[in-house]
Amino acid sequence: MANSDMADKDVLIDIFTRADLIMQSDIKFRQMIGAGQLQIVYYPVRGQEVVSSAMMAAVNKEDYLVTIYRGLHDQLAKGIPSKDLWAEFAGKMAGTCKGKGGPMHITHPETGVMVTTGIVGSGIPIANGLGLASQLDKDGKVTVCCFGDGATNIGAFHEGLNMAQIWKLPVIFLCQNNLYSEHTPMAFATSSDSIKQRGEGLGMRSVQVNGNDASAMYAAAKEAVEYARAGHGPTLIEAMTFRFHGHLLGDTSHYIPKEEMEQAKKDDPMPILRQQLLDLQISEADIAAIEAKNAAIIEEASQFALDTPYPPGEEYRIDVLDVEIAA
Amino acid sequence: MSEKPKEIMFAQACNMAMAKAMEDDPKVILMGEDIADEQGGGVFKVTLGLSEKFGTDRVRSTPISEQAIVGAAVGSAMVGYKPVAEIMLMNFITVAMDQIVNHAAKLRFMSGGQTTVPLTIRTTTGAGTGLGGQHSDMLEAWLAHVPGLKVVAASNPADAYGLLYSSIMDPNPVIFIENTPGYFVKGPAPAADHTVPLGKASVPREGTDVTLIGYGSSISRCHAAADKLAEDGISCEIVDLRTIAPFDEETVLKSVAKTKAAVVVHEAVRNFGVGAEISSRIHEELFSELKAPVGRVGSGYAPVPFSPAIEKAWMFSQDDIEREVHKILG
Repeated sequence: MANSDMADKDVLIDIFTRADLIMQSDIKFRQMIGAGQLQIVYYPVRGQEVVSSAMMAAVNKEDYLVTIYRGLHDQLAKGIPSKDLWAEFAGKMAGTCKGKGGPMHITHPETGVMVTTGIVGSGIPIANGLGLASQLDKDGKVTVCCFGDGATNIGAFHEGLNMAQIWKLPVIFLCQNNLYSEHTPMAFATSSDSIKQRGEGLGMRSVQVNGNDASAMYAAAKEAVEYARAGHGPTLIEAMTFRFHGHLLGDTSHYIPKEEMEQAKKDDPMPILRQQLLDLQISEADIAAIEAKNAAIIEEASQFALDTPYPPGEEYRIDVLDVEIAA
Repeated sequence: MSEKPKEIMFAQACNMAMAKAMEDDPKVILMGEDIADEQGGGVFKVTLGLSEKFGTDRVRSTPISEQAIVGAAVGSAMVGYKPVAEIMLMNFITVAMDQIVNHAAKLRFMSGGQTTVPLTIRTTTGAGTGLGGQHSDMLEAWLAHVPGLKVVAASNPADAYGLLYSSIMDPNPVIFIENTPGYFVKGPAPAADHTVPLGKASVPREGTDVTLIGYGSSISRCHAAADKLAEDGISCEIVDLRTIAPFDEETVLKSVAKTKAAVVVHEAVRNFGVGAEISSRIHEELFSELKAPVGRVGSGYAPVPFSPAIEKAWMFSQDDIEREVHKILG
């Protein structure tokens, strides 16, 4: 597994700021759903904060992101304003997609978030199209395409990576390997020992990295981005990580061995990253200020999501085609 | 002596429409299996010469990867391109249905209108070629049932030219269905600036007793049946839908309001076909004015058979149309 030296202080602060926003948002979502304030299906992201925060710290706002139903961490890390995102999760008119997408289908082109798909593996071929456009336009953009280990068992992964490689598309395939596809462990459902091997089998530059290690993840991300921007083509990054709250909220994770869960919690990337900041002589007060600022953002966004109105029912006739559909 | 009007084949018309679109808009790109000249210019040569003229950056041969082809079209369409993906044969669309149904058709809606997917998927199909059950199906009803997709089928070269051009320029995802045996049918050549708007049916034959409603490969048989029925004193009007979804209700209903009888005709399997929807809409709007319930002609409830002897029995025919008209007119 690739390891690297510690990233710059400013980079780590940036990653922590994003990751803490994600962690606190996840906690707040679970609280509000548990309290009956939001009635939504929710795919928790606690445990995977650092992977996306480090990845998105290595790209620009204009770069594209394609992600999946478990995508809150990717979307926040890419920069979607919390208010817009929370309102969409709540199905409100002020949401990123006027309440017509919902948590599994977030789009926010302003921050490069082009597709969030609820169909496992499907974002991969679409990411190629975004990459193809960048390649033809020579606009220097890269596309980050996130998916889980489970997606590597569906055909779209193999078709998509093959095409990306033969066309040398500027796409970073970020497999966030949390070791479980729904309730099924990777060893049960996946024929190869690693996802990296699959990328290599398709002739693609492939790396495996501890995604929970901010510095290592950032280094791998940065290298892949530079490689793509230089026109060399795609990279598959297999970022090892873990999810602490199951496939979807309410899942008790009964299928995860107790020892595995205990070890994963000991390796929780968030306290580790926080400690790294302290070790770099960043004061407790400065860290607390970041956390307080994030808490305030979430407080405002979550209250906004509750208060702002639902879209009118007739909204279903708009955006099906370019013209409004008759009632 | 006046010159005989120039005629072209259906396949040529499609080629010319793509060439025109590529000349008019640098964002039009083509993708598909074997479509560049080095790979033969397409299995039916529909894209022949286009990569030579526009380069292989814009006319891209692909691996045999239908999901990846349509996905690349979806992604590039979202950021300013007007991709034309060729899915060699319509049955292969089944492999890419996730990209078409869950993504191309829905991304405009699910993004609240922030992203659009102005792609065209060209595909060909049709029985009568001896290709059997997996290379000949007409699956337009599947696609017409999906909100957010337009489905188009031309019945002659000039319409193919105008409709394909409009499909490429349309801001919505369009499935453009070509007919394999029909590729070699000739018809009057269109003028270079000829266009046909999507969503508008044509009335290529006027009549007073019954309206035959069809599209694509059924129109030539409707004409043949109408000629025959005229000998029996029955005057047929023909409505060529041209766009299957959303279909031009105004033209259909106007015609049937006049003739007070209708038969919907398509090559696709009759059960749950496009004919059921059109027939139903006519009944909903004109029930009390009809001389008889709307008739339907389609192919049999079976996969497309290989043996020509079985295929002939299975496939909708001119005789079926005549029989259905006689049946409903009593």
